[in-house]
Amino acid sequence: MTTPSSVQGGKPAQERRETFSSRKLFILSAIGSAVGLGNIWRFPYIAYDNGGGAFLIPYLAALLSAGIPLLFLDYAIGHKFRGSAPLAYRRLHRGAEVLGWWQVLVCFIIAIYYAVIIAWAAMYTWFSVTKAWGDDAAGFLMGDFLQVADVPGVKLEYVPGIFWPLLVVWLVIIVIMVAGVRRGISRANGIFLPLLVVMFVLLVVQSLFLPGAIDGLNAFFTPNWEALGDPGVWAAAYGHIFFSLSVAFGIMVTYSSYLKRKTDLTGSGMVVAFANSGFEILAGIGVFAALGFMAQAAGSAIDEVATAGVGLAFIAFPTIVSEAPFGALMGVLFFGSLVFAGMTSLISILEVIVAAVQDKTGWGRVASAVSVCVPVALISIVLFPTVTGLYLLDTFDAFVNSFGILAGALVAVVLISWVFRKLPLLSTHLNRTSTVKMRRTWMVLVGVVAPLALAYMLYNEFVTKITEPYEGYPVEFLAIYGWGMAGALVVVAVILTLVPWSRKSKVDDPEYAAIAADEDEEKVS
Amino acid sequence: MTPIAITMLVIALLTIWGGLALSLVNLSRHPEDEDQLPEDIAPEL
Repeated sequence: MTTPSSVQGGKPAQERRETFSSRKLFILSAIGSAVGLGNIWRFPYIAYDNGGGAFLIPYLAALLSAGIPLLFLDYAIGHKFRGSAPLAYRRLHRGAEVLGWWQVLVCFIIAIYYAVIIAWAAMYTWFSVTKAWGDDAAGFLMGDFLQVADVPGVKLEYVPGIFWPLLVVWLVIIVIMVAGVRRGISRANGIFLPLLVVMFVLLVVQSLFLPGAIDGLNAFFTPNWEALGDPGVWAAAYGHIFFSLSVAFGIMVTYSSYLKRKTDLTGSGMVVAFANSGFEILAGIGVFAALGFMAQAAGSAIDEVATAGVGLAFIAFPTIVSEAPFGALMGVLFFGSLVFAGMTSLISILEVIVAAVQDKTGWGRVASAVSVCVPVALISIVLFPTVTGLYLLDTFDAFVNSFGILAGALVAVVLISWVFRKLPLLSTHLNRTSTVKMRRTWMVLVGVVAPLALAYMLYNEFVTKITEPYEGYPVEFLAIYGWGMAGALVVVAVILTLVPWSRKSKVDDPEYAAIAADEDEEKVS
Repeated sequence: MTPIAITMLVIALLTIWGGLALSLVNLSRHPEDEDQLPEDIAPEL
């Protein structure tokens, strides 16, 4: 199957592409990537707000009809073309390289703010022990901890309490990234993911024993069947599944490029997808049991305390930690889970960039990892531990999700399916070594259902964000850091595509050429 | 908990965790090609 990477046909000797040492480690790493902050702080509220128990129906429909098929698309591209996003797309079609760079830049934006949330969670793990927020978690977050400025903008006025933990987060991440796929990424996931699962299960068990937990579960699971008639609920399900599985922004393309040739792609993908959803359901149970307790303690209804995102993690949970028996333990479990879930996802996001630079320049692992991670870390450290960091984070997140990930995914599926017409080729590749076989169904789901769902969501996002300024932030702030940032990603992606591939790059990799030739032979015989 | 909430809880766990169990069973029935396993690096994992 593989040929040694010695000098071939006068080409300079190249290092062989790194691989995950086993399928199990690939699956662990892919789950680590998919299970992120969103599973913990986004899913529970989305489900509750969109029909409660009835949300299960659109959720499963979205998982099976769009989430899993798009996951397989990423796997097929990464595994067949054996490259980082830009290289794999270029091998798919010369004109597609720009899609890969677009995804790399999306990952760059996400990486610079994602690390900050991990730093906050790390600090809150410690604050849980001291209950630093007293009896005003909201005031503590915005005032004492983040020291948020009154007006959105970008001020380089630093908050030491975030600066230092952020620096530590980056140092840990850089060590992991420099160590490479086997010694860094696999090991980190092999440790962090099991730890995350154990801590989270303990948290859920503890939450279930709190008074009022049952009311929370009732609120979470009681179905509102009328919600199923609302297109917004279906869009929420497709949107959530799409973001939750980390599809279409290069991560799964990159990870699957490190798989050995004979790997069961679809079989592994099913495990990853259902493990991700399994974790979300668990999070829904844990979070709503805790919110049930919070509502009972405050003498209010669940819908008054139910929330998502920063409000759930850094305001509602601290309040629960202060009031619950063994609250400190609960806080450490919850914020520790956020740290580990965030770390394994951030690693995968950075790997998209490192792999792309490694492929295009032909540099070694250490040089590529350092030359990517150090500048990314510096930008993150300059922009975010400031009094305006929260505004920038919020804006970057909202716009990169809609006009980076979502728009990029739509363009990619339409081009791959309808312009380059590569779905039959990719479907053959998936079926070659995989156990869950699908051909026409998969092509229809990727070529028709996914683009329709993505287009509908993108249209909604566009209308919402154009009709009124996001969060009421100043228009010029949004023009630069929202719309401007999203547009700049496309421009820079085009520029990076035009940069010629280095002579040492992986673009004419003899190892890949040998594999491609092998596969062609297999097809003929 | 109310009967309808319990029913939805059970259905959610059966479909999603059941899906996970089935996909794990499917994967374990098709073990990795042993020839493809490396032997040297990170043996503890």
